[in-house]
Amino acid sequence: MISMKNVYKKYPNGIVAANGFNVEIKQGEFVYVVGPSGAGKSTFIKMMYREERPTSGEIIVNGVNLATLKSKNVPYLRRQIGVVFQDFKLLPRLNVYENVAFALEVIEESPKVIRKRVMEVLDLVGLKHKARMFPTELSGGEQQRVSIARSIVNNPKVMIADEPTGNLDPDTSWDIMNLFEEINRRGTTIIMATHNKEIVNTNTHRVIAVEGGLVVRDEVGGAYGYES
Amino acid sequence: MKARTVGRHFRESFKSLSRNSWMTFASASAVTVTLLLVGVFVMIMMNLNKVADDLEKDVEIKVLVELTANDKEAKQLEKEIKNIDGVASLTYSTKEAELEDLINDFGENMGLSEQNNPLRAAFYVKATNPQDTEKVAEKIDRLKNTYSIEYGEGKIEKLFEFLNVARNVGLVLILALLFTAMFLISNTIRITIVARRREIEIMKLVGATNGFVRIPFVLEGMWIGILGSILPITLVSLLYFNLYKILQPYLEGEMFKLLPITPFLYQVNILILVMGIFIGVWGSFMSVRKFLRV
Repeated sequence: MISMKNVYKKYPNGIVAANGFNVEIKQGEFVYVVGPSGAGKSTFIKMMYREERPTSGEIIVNGVNLATLKSKNVPYLRRQIGVVFQDFKLLPRLNVYENVAFALEVIEESPKVIRKRVMEVLDLVGLKHKARMFPTELSGGEQQRVSIARSIVNNPKVMIADEPTGNLDPDTSWDIMNLFEEINRRGTTIIMATHNKEIVNTNTHRVIAVEGGLVVRDEVGGAYGYES
Repeated sequence: MKARTVGRHFRESFKSLSRNSWMTFASASAVTVTLLLVGVFVMIMMNLNKVADDLEKDVEIKVLVELTANDKEAKQLEKEIKNIDGVASLTYSTKEAELEDLINDFGENMGLSEQNNPLRAAFYVKATNPQDTEKVAEKIDRLKNTYSIEYGEGKIEKLFEFLNVARNVGLVLILALLFTAMFLISNTIRITIVARRREIEIMKLVGATNGFVRIPFVLEGMWIGILGSILPITLVSLLYFNLYKILQPYLEGEMFKLLPITPFLYQVNILILVMGIFIGVWGSFMSVRKFLRV
């Protein structure tokens, strides 16, 4: 499903954020990526949807090697991966419905299918009744749910979340977590970078700990392991 | 690309025109100002060109034939002139016809009559390329039985020189104006796009191709170009229409005329519209390009 082999990444400013990642993730897994700030977590995540390109090594997602993927083909990769961001990244001038529908418009889906799918996922995240509202009229948790709805609307096999609960209060974070669990139960692989110790320790899944650009720990059912 | 996606792009471009109404206004005004200048300039330049052409066409060489030459020798001379390279046409005028012309021009009271006609028969020669008039004249001068040659020596060379300079200066000015316009407009459009840079980034992260993001912006640029060319087209048309109406009666019977309204105004207006669209499309295209690398 996803594999990284000897992935090395050096930024133009000289910082080495990946110093030989070797990771193998299977279909249907739920993986936490933990580690202190600046440890290379974000780089690890960003390389999976090709926002960053590795300096050397091999990253294979759904059989495609991202290290050699041409820029013009990146959009097609991103359509197979749902990405959720800490800052939601919703289009401010589109309402909830339009934001979710955008991911389907991009792949030129028919209006009929778009309407059906969008209402389905909005129902799943519990925001059907707020479809006509704009992002600024929603709470942080609601905005994150819109962003999750958008990321799963075209049934991706993988979902990548970069600190999805980073800007949310504890209660809302649990709502979002439950949503991820539900999506994972339906067979979607989830890779989630997080700082939330409580979540990692309560909903136990595979934990990959990153430090100094290296995977220092990789265990199924592991704990957060950092004092935060 | 599917038809409904094309429809979507058009809808999006209209939406963003109205949502960014101030930026639309700013860009369209920039287009308007420059197109107006270009339009007026083109109008002046093309007419100047027309006048120059008319004047050039009017330049002819008058070849006076020796009084001693008989009809046969005159015929011979005609043949020889025709054989010179660069001679376009030639008309013969007998000395009687010359006298009549003179009487027509100055009246009968000069004491001139058919009996003692002091004039010479003449050939009127036009050069294929008016700029070659001087060379052709020199060649004719060397032929037998020519008394003298008149073609406004000195004066026409000055005229041609002046017209050439005027044309080149005009062309350079128009080009400079166009470059300024492009720069100005692509900058204005860039400001609108910088404001929407985050949107472009998000679209790309959700899996939109460059084309998908770019097309609505480019269409928007096209509408801005069209909007911006409305006022210049109206003003240039009104201006030329009235100018033509006022000036044309004075130019009646002169050897040069203004370009007639019907094909000319259409040509200028189409040129303005095409330039507006091109500037808008190009400006948007170049500005979005920078932000697509996500």
